[in-house]
Amino acid sequence: MKYLDEYRDSRLARSILKEIRRVQTRPWVIMEVCGGQTHSIVKHGIDHLLPEGVELVHGPGCPVCVTSLELIDKAHAIARQSETILCSFGDMLRVPGSECDLFALKSRGADVRVVYSPLDCLKIAREHPDKKVVFFAVGFETTAPANAMAAWHAKQQGIQNFSLLVSHVLVPPAVATILGSPHNRVQGFLGPGHVCVIMGSQEYEELVARFRVPIVITGFEPLDILEGVLMVVRQLEAGRAEMENQYARTVQREGNRAAQQIVATVFEVCDRKWRGVGPIPQSGYRLRSEFRAFDAEEIFHVGEIVTHESPVCISGQILQGIKKPHDCPVFGTACTPQAPLGATMVSAEGSCAAYYAYGRHLNRTQSAAPSDRSTRR
Amino acid sequence: MSEPVRPEMLGSCPVPLAHPEQIVLGHGSGGKLTADLIHRFILPAFSNPYLDRLDDQAVVEISGARLAFTTDSFVITPIFFPGGDIGELAINGTVNDLAMSGARPLYLAAALILEEGLAIQDLQRVLDSMRKAAQRANVLLVTGDTKVVNRGKGDQIFITTTGIGVIEHAWNLSADRARAGDKVLLSGSIGDHGMAIMSQREGLEFEGTIESDTAALHGLVAAILAAAGDGVHVLRDPTRGGIGTTLNEIAARSQVGMAIEESTILVRHTVQGACEILGLDPLYVANEGKLLAIVSSEAADAAVEAMHQHELGREARIIGEVVAEHPRMVLMKTGIGGTRIVDTLYGEQLPRIC
Repeated sequence: MKYLDEYRDSRLARSILKEIRRVQTRPWVIMEVCGGQTHSIVKHGIDHLLPEGVELVHGPGCPVCVTSLELIDKAHAIARQSETILCSFGDMLRVPGSECDLFALKSRGADVRVVYSPLDCLKIAREHPDKKVVFFAVGFETTAPANAMAAWHAKQQGIQNFSLLVSHVLVPPAVATILGSPHNRVQGFLGPGHVCVIMGSQEYEELVARFRVPIVITGFEPLDILEGVLMVVRQLEAGRAEMENQYARTVQREGNRAAQQIVATVFEVCDRKWRGVGPIPQSGYRLRSEFRAFDAEEIFHVGEIVTHESPVCISGQILQGIKKPHDCPVFGTACTPQAPLGATMVSAEGSCAAYYAYGRHLNRTQSAAPSDRSTRR
Repeated sequence: MSEPVRPEMLGSCPVPLAHPEQIVLGHGSGGKLTADLIHRFILPAFSNPYLDRLDDQAVVEISGARLAFTTDSFVITPIFFPGGDIGELAINGTVNDLAMSGARPLYLAAALILEEGLAIQDLQRVLDSMRKAAQRANVLLVTGDTKVVNRGKGDQIFITTTGIGVIEHAWNLSADRARAGDKVLLSGSIGDHGMAIMSQREGLEFEGTIESDTAALHGLVAAILAAAGDGVHVLRDPTRGGIGTTLNEIAARSQVGMAIEESTILVRHTVQGACEILGLDPLYVANEGKLLAIVSSEAADAAVEAMHQHELGREARIIGEVVAEHPRMVLMKTGIGGTRIVDTLYGEQLPRIC
């Protein structure tokens, strides 16, 4: 297929793998930031084609996973109210809150709908003037422009029965948190391709300069990922730390200006709690005061929500690349996609869920991170 | 390794969701939730040697004749879609469930549940499709029932078809007959039906329309059996849940593993494109005119050759084999040479955020 098969060609994959083997002389730990990249790596079995010395660890870039349990419970409390229609992207529906998931609420009569675009919610709002239509606005910088556009249109068109429950998170502060941790073992990054389509690559140049770490903005197809790995390994072997762009067919340095503009018009940066990781300063978006009328948190008073996370779950360490799913004592036993205990198992893009779905046939020793392989740069 | 896990360490949240208290949509997905529903409630209530086989049809013997007997309900939205409609589907689906036992389909019954407000013109169109499909499949619709429900209590039209066919050979086809060394055959491209429906529902437009592959497969089955005889061990039409789910069912029932190759599985470009856009895996997308055959290695080539001679099997291929290793697990060699599990899905396949 045009623009798809080309990036899944086994012959080209073999030649890139050969080149990685040729240039790599020492062990390296590389993190892919995006959940979409993790999904692709495990789905195509890329991690096990790489030479032993190149270890991929999986980053915090699954927006569903890192959405705090408090906010999920809040969404559920809103969905339970009889006058609301809660709209969401599909993969949020199976994420358990403290009591159940949105599918279960739907089966009990809540009006929960899957949408592909937040703009669809405006149509639903117009069709149901007697209902309050709430969109659960989850995602990284990638989904922010469309969500911002929905709020902007609602304001322009005077749609008063629409609001957003915002849980936006930002990639660069999370990468900085990982690199600033005393336990960090990541030596190079595959940067988030889709996020950079919107935001451009400048923020990553700043991270490279601040932490002296190679970041290669990378796509999502198997050959993208292999080429990204090769570019990071070349930098590491040469002692370089630069921002490079593997995903040049879509990512431009300045990003998508129009998208950035609408995001800046509607949202402002705020502190955000990441599930599994904890609070990260200046790591999220919230609606600006001019758009507060569309903020579901302001509109719906659902009372105080107290949540408890499983103490056995190691998703915080997994999200920061310190541990891998197979290192968890309850991976695949007490914790499965059917009964997830924490952030990285709740969504298909979480690394635990991806390992479970595609890679649990591989034994622990093949996948686990050797504990003595600490940072060697 | 960390200390052993005690129940209290698992915390109060999230509550395991393996057994929802109400019926959820995922119970109808064909995945783990559907299997759970059948094993926890249906089998305990009605368990008997025919039902317990969990094939798409029961094979019963009456006065020396071996009969295949099956039923299926059709609740699709939209009722008209590119490549077919609910009426054609309702005939072909039941004909196919009979054919997968190697039976010659003979008679059908149909029950129509109509929602108040359904346009008579639409009903007429559905009935016309049913009539034509039955003629093509050479089956007679010999009995039926109609009911009307209040507006809002149905979704335009629901159809249940029940079928009976005769098995005119001595071979047994069943999901528990796959053996290590057998080949896995697939009759053509996957995902066409499911993506035709999805793209219609989501209003997606592509360079070429995606059409449902709905077709009656009894002729193709007859050709396979004539060529490969008792070398044919299992026949299944991978409908709801796609080939991923069906292969897992066969692996589980036969206590064998499956090793398939991604590069041999045909996915049309438009279907692949639609799947990529919606974040879906074509392995789990429904087909309505394809079959999977598990055939002994000796007979596999003859079976493929016979399929190629048939209109509905021109693109048939061997996509893998049955193995003794990793029982109950389907592994796939990926296009770039890696390996992954093809798991049974829990419930509905969900589109991903990004």
